[in-house]
Amino acid sequence: MVYENPDGVMVGLEIHVQLNKLATKLLCGCSTDYHTSEPNTHVCPVCMGLPGCLPVLNKRAVEYAIRIGLALNCEIVEQTQFHRKNYYYPDLPKGFQTTQYDYPIVSDGRVVIEGEDGEHVVRIRRAHMEEDPGRLMHMGSIDRSKGTLIDYNRSGMALIEIVSEPDMRSPREARRFLDKLRNILEYLDVFDSTLEGSMRVDANISIGGGDRTEVKNISSHKGAERALLYEIMRQKNIKRRGEEVVMETRHFDEARGVTISMRTKEEEHDYRYFPEPDLVPMRVGSWVDGILETLPELPDARRSRFISDYRMVDTHAKALTSDIRVADFYEEVASQVDPAAAAVWVSDVLKGELNYRDLTIASFTVEDMVKIIELVVGGKITEKGAVEIIRNILDEGGCPMGIVKEKGLLKVEGDVVDQAVEEVLKENPEALEDYFAGKEKSLNFLVGQVMKKTRGRADARSVREMMLEEIDKNYR
Amino acid sequence: MLDGLSVIRNKIGSSSAEEVVASYLDRIEKSDINAFTCVAEDAIDQAKKADSLNIEGPLAGVPIAIKDNISTRGLPTTCSSAILNGYVPPYDAHVIERLRKAGAVIIGKSNMDEFGMGTSTETSTYGPTLNPWDTERVAGGSSGGSAAAVAAGQVPVSLGSDTGGSVRCPAAFCGTVGLKPTYGAVSRYGLVSYANSLEQIGPLANRVEDIATLMDVIGTYDNRDSTCVNHDAGYTDALQDDVEGLKIGVPEEYFGEGIDDNVQKLVWDAIGKFEDMGAEYTKVSMPNTPYALAAYYIIAMSEASSNLARFDGTRYGTRSEGENWHMMASKTRQEKFGAEVKRRILIGTYALSAGYHDKYYLKALKVRTLVKQDFERAFEDVDVLMAPTMPTPAFKIGEKMDDPLSLYLSDVNTVPINLAGVPSISVPCGFSEGLPVGLQVIGKYFDEATILKAANAFEKNTDHHTKLAGEVV
Repeated sequence: MVYENPDGVMVGLEIHVQLNKLATKLLCGCSTDYHTSEPNTHVCPVCMGLPGCLPVLNKRAVEYAIRIGLALNCEIVEQTQFHRKNYYYPDLPKGFQTTQYDYPIVSDGRVVIEGEDGEHVVRIRRAHMEEDPGRLMHMGSIDRSKGTLIDYNRSGMALIEIVSEPDMRSPREARRFLDKLRNILEYLDVFDSTLEGSMRVDANISIGGGDRTEVKNISSHKGAERALLYEIMRQKNIKRRGEEVVMETRHFDEARGVTISMRTKEEEHDYRYFPEPDLVPMRVGSWVDGILETLPELPDARRSRFISDYRMVDTHAKALTSDIRVADFYEEVASQVDPAAAAVWVSDVLKGELNYRDLTIASFTVEDMVKIIELVVGGKITEKGAVEIIRNILDEGGCPMGIVKEKGLLKVEGDVVDQAVEEVLKENPEALEDYFAGKEKSLNFLVGQVMKKTRGRADARSVREMMLEEIDKNYR
Repeated sequence: MLDGLSVIRNKIGSSSAEEVVASYLDRIEKSDINAFTCVAEDAIDQAKKADSLNIEGPLAGVPIAIKDNISTRGLPTTCSSAILNGYVPPYDAHVIERLRKAGAVIIGKSNMDEFGMGTSTETSTYGPTLNPWDTERVAGGSSGGSAAAVAAGQVPVSLGSDTGGSVRCPAAFCGTVGLKPTYGAVSRYGLVSYANSLEQIGPLANRVEDIATLMDVIGTYDNRDSTCVNHDAGYTDALQDDVEGLKIGVPEEYFGEGIDDNVQKLVWDAIGKFEDMGAEYTKVSMPNTPYALAAYYIIAMSEASSNLARFDGTRYGTRSEGENWHMMASKTRQEKFGAEVKRRILIGTYALSAGYHDKYYLKALKVRTLVKQDFERAFEDVDVLMAPTMPTPAFKIGEKMDDPLSLYLSDVNTVPINLAGVPSISVPCGFSEGLPVGLQVIGKYFDEATILKAANAFEKNTDHHTKLAGEVV
């Protein structure tokens, strides 16, 4: 199957990733652990841009950038440097942003995603390092606010801006690219996607070879997909009216799901880039080999390994490796129980229950999962009972054996089931006659009645077998 | 004759730092040359502390004036600009940390051209500093207060900063010694940036050996300035007065058009003196010198336009009211910056703008490389270069204020040194019509030792430094 791209959609993304796993900010020694702190408590003269302060580059941030570059199959430059991007905004304490311009630290890479028609390559144009500005907080709504408060805690956090080529052909591909990127970055252990502001997206979009628009500051992957869907519709409508799309910058209104014009090309800033005199050019070439050696196994490699080592199907391998925490969880479980059973229970059941509740894998322990699988595989509880235990732990807490005891989930003994089967057949002669008359469904009804009598503790499949046996023996 | 550090140390030893500092405070109080923007209220307490702690070392209890663009914890740092009125930094510059550790008494902040932009200290929001030799004349700039305070005996030593001659010019105009160290020799951490790639903090004093002493204290490695170089200096150890065999280069282009005849004569006399002491000179050519001035101003103003963006009234200093933040910022900058600062921000903004960036900024960087090569070539054959520091003696207050171009021209002999980043010292070499004239001695990268040695030898064999302001007619 070849995807035709009927509207000629071209999407390119610019993603700001906050390197929030670093201990300190990009240019000073301030802690990055500000997310639960009072405003303006994680600041120093340097990140506040006080007169006379000078930046000192965080070496670890450069290493992280190189790790990312290698993981995205990029070229790493021999020598890199920083530039100043000059503009005025209250959240920008120095009046310029320290960033990279003509020598980004990495460039020319590629990421493989699952596209509309199978594997699809998205090219990475470049990725550069820069500092995060502070945050504005409006008192009430932005248009009626009596004042604006500024929190500089975020100011100076290290960012990597990853710029793709316009290789995505649909909003869905864009979202898959973002998911894949997040996945890779988490494997690299350079960022934690659960923290606020950790990943922010600008999207460039054009259709049918027309001018592109840029939608700024989208805060989620879902938001990116929605913003793009809206933009495609809007641009198609413009073309349908026989007009041309104008090149402009737009804002995505998350609440209404629409994009709004911010400024057209003529109003674009002149950032007056020039080399940052306080940070000397830096040769990074010699670091690369050392960093390459420490690069962890990445999602695609892990997925292949799961298929070959654990003999699981690709859908399971994909589901289990699309989040490093789930993959780690799975491997721990699989080391203690049958890996095939573990794949089913973690990927199909546990992940489903977590998604339904909007919880992460951190809400469940390996120990509990192992115990539950042991109980099911050992025939002590039914599959239904196991699902009930998982739900119970997530909703109310508790441990597997406690719940088993409390709810009486141990499978009932054979003679109790025998007795229930006998009783049900005696009590439902009509259903039995229906079955003899060829209505297969009525057998299901009878099995259901047995389950009811045993309060779900019997195994439905064996009940069915016993039922047929009993019918053959005593009712034919 | 003004006292050097050794004499003051003896005074402190025989009486107390408290007494010595009190006598300097008294001289500052009685002075009307406007060398200070503020005096430290705790100067006496600092002196008492130095007395009680019995700190050994060359600066224990010694009062020092600090240019008002060097951050001092608890003491205003305004860069002589209305926009920073009331700003008290919460931290010390690297050099201030070092001075405090050495027991020095930070006696006050000295007057300067607003943000270091000027050659006369006339652009200060506090008004010009007057030249102690003739109070109708400028003290030079931009470290005018630092030089005048030393020349008038209000402090024995001071710190200035030099972006295109800002230590050497006022040193020459006021008849003191001033050093612009190699770029990277002194940490800039805490120096309010005007043009980062050009400027260095530098000491001023009445004696060359005092300059070396100060450099030993402030010229230490600091990892908070990425351009600071970790090198073994030992400035005082290098100090000798033997210049036998020293090879002097005399760059013809530094004696060109606009250089006063008297100044040229005094500098040649000085070079003659070096010959008497066993040195030898050759003429050298530095062909790119004529382009240095233009390149310097483009680079300095470009960097300044970016550095001064942070002064928007949002976080510190004073602000003007406006109906929203951009009007507030705009009015603050319009009302609180002086004319020269605004001129340089606008020129710098223009030079970096799309469409002009290549024509001006990039071209200036290319010239800078050529100027550097001039120095590298010259230093293949000679140990030091000698030239006039300033083309003329101090001019009259107001004389050049309405003609910025002619003012910029007076930096012609000092700016190439900053473009190249090499060290340079200005020492008094005589008087022209009662006004001091400075000899500039330029050295190789991180070779402060040789220029300090040469300057020291000159001082030991001449008596210009012994003259007091007002004595020479």
